[in-house]
Amino acid sequence: MYSFAYYRPASLGEARALLGQIEEASLLAGGQTLIPTLKQRLASPDAVIDLKGIGALAAIERKGEALVIGALARHAAVAASPVVREAIPALAALADGIGDPQVRNRGTLGGSIANNDPAADYPAALLGLGATVTTCERSIPADNFFTGLFATDLEPDEIVTAVSFPIPRRAAYVKFPNPASRFAIVGVFVAETAAGVRVAVTGAAPCVFRLPPAEAALARAFAPESLDGLSIAADGLNSDIHAVAAYRAHLVAVMARRAVRQALA
Amino acid sequence: MEIKLTVNAQLVTVEVEANLLLSALLRDRLRLTGTHVACDTSQCGACTVLVDGASAKSCTLLAAEAAGSSVVTIEGLAADGALHPMQQAFHEQHGLQCGFCTPGMVMSAVDLVAVNPDPSEAEIRAWLKGNICRCTGYQNIVKAIRAGAAALRSA
Ligand SMILES: Cc1cc2nc3c(=O)[nH]c(=O)nc-3n(C[C@H](O)[C@H](O)[C@H](O)COP(=O)(O)OP(=O)(O)OC[C@H]3O[C@@H](n4cnc5c(N)ncnc54)[C@H](O)[C@@H]3O)c2cc1C
Ligand code: FES
Ligand code: FES
Repeated sequence: MYSFAYYRPASLGEARALLGQIEEASLLAGGQTLIPTLKQRLASPDAVIDLKGIGALAAIERKGEALVIGALARHAAVAASPVVREAIPALAALADGIGDPQVRNRGTLGGSIANNDPAADYPAALLGLGATVTTCERSIPADNFFTGLFATDLEPDEIVTAVSFPIPRRAAYVKFPNPASRFAIVGVFVAETAAGVRVAVTGAAPCVFRLPPAEAALARAFAPESLDGLSIAADGLNSDIHAVAAYRAHLVAVMARRAVRQALA
Repeated sequence: MEIKLTVNAQLVTVEVEANLLLSALLRDRLRLTGTHVACDTSQCGACTVLVDGASAKSCTLLAAEAAGSSVVTIEGLAADGALHPMQQAFHEQHGLQCGFCTPGMVMSAVDLVAVNPDPSEAEIRAWLKGNICRCTGYQNIVKAIRAGAAALRSA
């Protein structure tokens, strides 16, 4: 690791002031992505600003028909939260399937979505539920938040503070995990929400995306059979040592059917 | 920068660079070499310690992040010269061969039993996703954790 200065501000205001003063600063949440990046010298910030001193950002609460989860909520806390398990069990299960216990004990919701790894799990939940990301500046609908490979709509110094998830009628997330890392080779989040059926796919392409043909079919009848014959084009999907594009395309349809079945169970 | 933290129930005040890893603080500065570093890339779990009671990979944590926290390493488990029940179970069930992964396995197991005092074999195997062993084939590790959990329940 190159050297850097370390700050742990106690408030959002203090964090923003530091971001204003320091030329190149990296925000640090759970560190499960940032620290490996620093160790490999893929980043060389002048300073690391640790958000963990801002306790208010870890809150998990139900507000009417939405579940609001703070950016610093750890995966393990989301998985174990009675509030999450009651309101959106699919989200608790998704958090419980991220990586391994040690990663879940440190990694956070905000860090995961700001990083927008193409194989990360949370982006599928945000897009599948039609969530809204709150930052220190504004609110961003999930449909506009994830913009590309490791890219989001966030400005360089913008801090994610929370995510608001509308509570669906039913939902499920099923992934085909990479057996070593548990990242999604393909993961599909399916939800029946007040605003209609939503289907979001992670792992398959450079960025999480929605699947309009599946959404339309499920809007007619929310049943696994509605997806019979669903065929996904392999063009533009990821190909790597773990799976070629055609296999990922096949997995999208399989995971989508399984997710619908699980949502109905 | 100067940080204060608790390591194995002792208050430690130490001067660290901002880019020092917790694993390096423990091993190189505090000479607690029971915490092993194998992959150094967040995969294997050999470096697992408890930070405020929750298992974490100390190779993926800055020492500065642990300021104000309580850290427990494998050296902090035995009390009054007697092995911790989970260590004793690894010994009795032959839960190790070369022993390199063992400190991380034991720390991870201690965390598991804290959140789930009576884990099934499937739950133990799922929990060990973050810990890799190259020798044992895991059978005796799983047996050891079941025995350690039972011993802790009756303790
Ligand atoms: C072994 C291993 C297995 C894993 N398996 C999975 C898996 O199966 N599925 C999965 O989804 N993920 C997986 N991950 C990734 C893990 O979930 C990370 O925790 C997560 O991607 C990043 O979250 P973090 O809190 O650790 O963020 P950090 O590493 O602290 O930060 C990541 C990035 O986000 C930025 N950032 C952090 N917080 C904020 C904020 N509030 N506002 C703006 N920017 C912010 C940082 O500046 C940095 O650029 C795995 C990681 C490891 C090491
Ligand atoms: S040495 Fe830390 S996970 Fe392998
Ligand atoms: S006993 Fe040798 S690596 Fe596990």
